[in-house]
Amino acid sequence: MSDFVLLATTGLALGALYFLAASGLSLIYGLMGVLNFAHGAFMMVGAYAGWLTMTDLPPSLSVGVRLLVAAVVAVALGAAVGVVVEVVLIRPLYRHHIQQVLVTVGLSLASVAAAQGIWGADPRPVEKPDWMSGTTSLLGARLPTDRFVYVVAALAVLAGLLALLRLTRLGLIIRAGVENRTMVQALGIDVQRTFTIVFAIGGAAAALAGILYAQYAGSVSPAQGGSLLIFAFIVVVIGGMGSIVGTAVAAVAVGLVQQLANYYAASGVGDLSVVLLLALVLLLRPTSLKGATA
Amino acid sequence: MTSPETSPETSARPVDGGHTAVLTPVLTLDDVHVRYGGSHVLQGVTFEVPATGVTALLGRNGVGKTTTLKAVLGLAPRTGSIAVRGNPIETQATTRIVRDGIGYVPEDREVFAGLTVDENLRLVDPERGIEAPIVRDLFPDLIARRAQRAGTLSGGQQQMVSLARVLLRDNTVLLIDEPTKGLAPKLVTEVADVLAEVARMTPILLVEQNLALVRRIADTVVVLDAGRVVHRGRADALVADAELTRGLLGVSMRREGAA
Ligand SMILES: Nc1ncnc2c1ncn2[C@@H]1O[C@H](COP(=O)(O)OP(=O)(O)OP(=O)(O)O)[C@@H](O)[C@H]1O
Ligand SMILES: [Mg+2]
Repeated sequence: MSDFVLLATTGLALGALYFLAASGLSLIYGLMGVLNFAHGAFMMVGAYAGWLTMTDLPPSLSVGVRLLVAAVVAVALGAAVGVVVEVVLIRPLYRHHIQQVLVTVGLSLASVAAAQGIWGADPRPVEKPDWMSGTTSLLGARLPTDRFVYVVAALAVLAGLLALLRLTRLGLIIRAGVENRTMVQALGIDVQRTFTIVFAIGGAAAALAGILYAQYAGSVSPAQGGSLLIFAFIVVVIGGMGSIVGTAVAAVAVGLVQQLANYYAASGVGDLSVVLLLALVLLLRPTSLKGATA
Repeated sequence: MTSPETSPETSARPVDGGHTAVLTPVLTLDDVHVRYGGSHVLQGVTFEVPATGVTALLGRNGVGKTTTLKAVLGLAPRTGSIAVRGNPIETQATTRIVRDGIGYVPEDREVFAGLTVDENLRLVDPERGIEAPIVRDLFPDLIARRAQRAGTLSGGQQQMVSLARVLLRDNTVLLIDEPTKGLAPKLVTEVADVLAEVARMTPILLVEQNLALVRRIADTVVVLDAGRVVHRGRADALVADAELTRGLLGVSMRREGAA
């Protein structure tokens, strides 16, 4: 029982990180039809900006405070990079989907290479606040406390995104645009601006995923963004492109399946199970590859 | 191209009977071409939409009626000249064109299915939405359904949402594509009533297959065939001439049905 609780909690925590990585990806695809392979770079920006900020801040500050400041820096930088990518790379290639894929894949590869060149390919250890390294007892299991931090962060982002989508004018335009972008324009609404904002939101959430994933792994490395990105894409397809609630449900499902299969079947089966889950969803619901409503 | 003064078929009768002076056309298309890949869909479309009343754009299936409206809106890749009240718009983006006063009600209504009726309207009019006076005046049935998802409405109700949505803005001219397609006769009449009412204030370029409706509300007709204008004239004259109608429009037009 306590094994199961521990695995489920870790699965949930991973699901939370997948959700953070996938939410922007899902909105960007749903609204703009852009498969943004640069999303891995956004996560890397978050992870490295976080690590650098933490090491540069005076050690007299507690690790927790430095992590908090680092998270703010990472999120702000992620949003900024999102805006730049949209304006400089995506906008000139609007409607040229193949070129967009090439350019975003190129950016992803280039950013990994740059990180390797500057900081090396090996993982660099990241400090973790003591209270996050400890454990919390729940249902007879001793659970690493950091897991709850990821879940709470993801829930906060989920709540924020839902409030944005359901309660604001921008959210209304995004929901309409996910359904029918052309008709939004044909009603005289400038949908271009929402593209930029969605990229900023996606970049910020991905950067948060990046810094938190580095906490989870205990280190930063250039390859992290790419591996997180693969699961994020799977989550987006399972959850229905453009649907935030679908993305959240799919992220939790993927995290749980991966953890439980790794433990109860054999190590490594987890990733395979996730791919099987994806195949199953695509078979049962071929429309997953089309846009859904937020 | 011909100036409005010398082409009698484009001088619409003033709907309010007040003025008799010939008005400048509200919309002018001159040698408009649209190509999709290898297919040359519009091959030099030239016509004018008078500043008052309803101009019906007719033609058999697939002749390019919808494409003509999309060309005006910048939703189809076009060349040639398009002007609203003499101001060229052919290089502008769709959003700009619509904001400058061209309202578009697309074929198949295209309401946002996942949004409520009120949300569909608030996209265009964030302040008032369903509370706008025009909704109470022309679409009172929508008020009770304000919180219903537009995708769950009947075809007729969706058409009303699509029409209401565009009327929340002040339009110089309206482009309306087959608003009665697939509707029961009673609803066809309701839509026709709304269009007749709207046309008292705003000129309409209307694509419509129902000849009874065309006869009732249209003043002028423009007929397309194979991507070109093949006839322009008065609506009543065309509808009255069965042989001409058959020759120009074939059997795809619906003579029957309420309007
Ligand atoms: N996006 C597109 N790509 C390629 N061809 C197109 C496209 N849209 C329309 N066409 C073609 O252009 C021609 C004209 O289409 P259009 O929809 O304008 O006709 P229409 O007169 O509105 O017909 P209908 O009465 O069926 O509505 C058709 O042959 C159609 O197949
Ligand atoms: Mg059509």
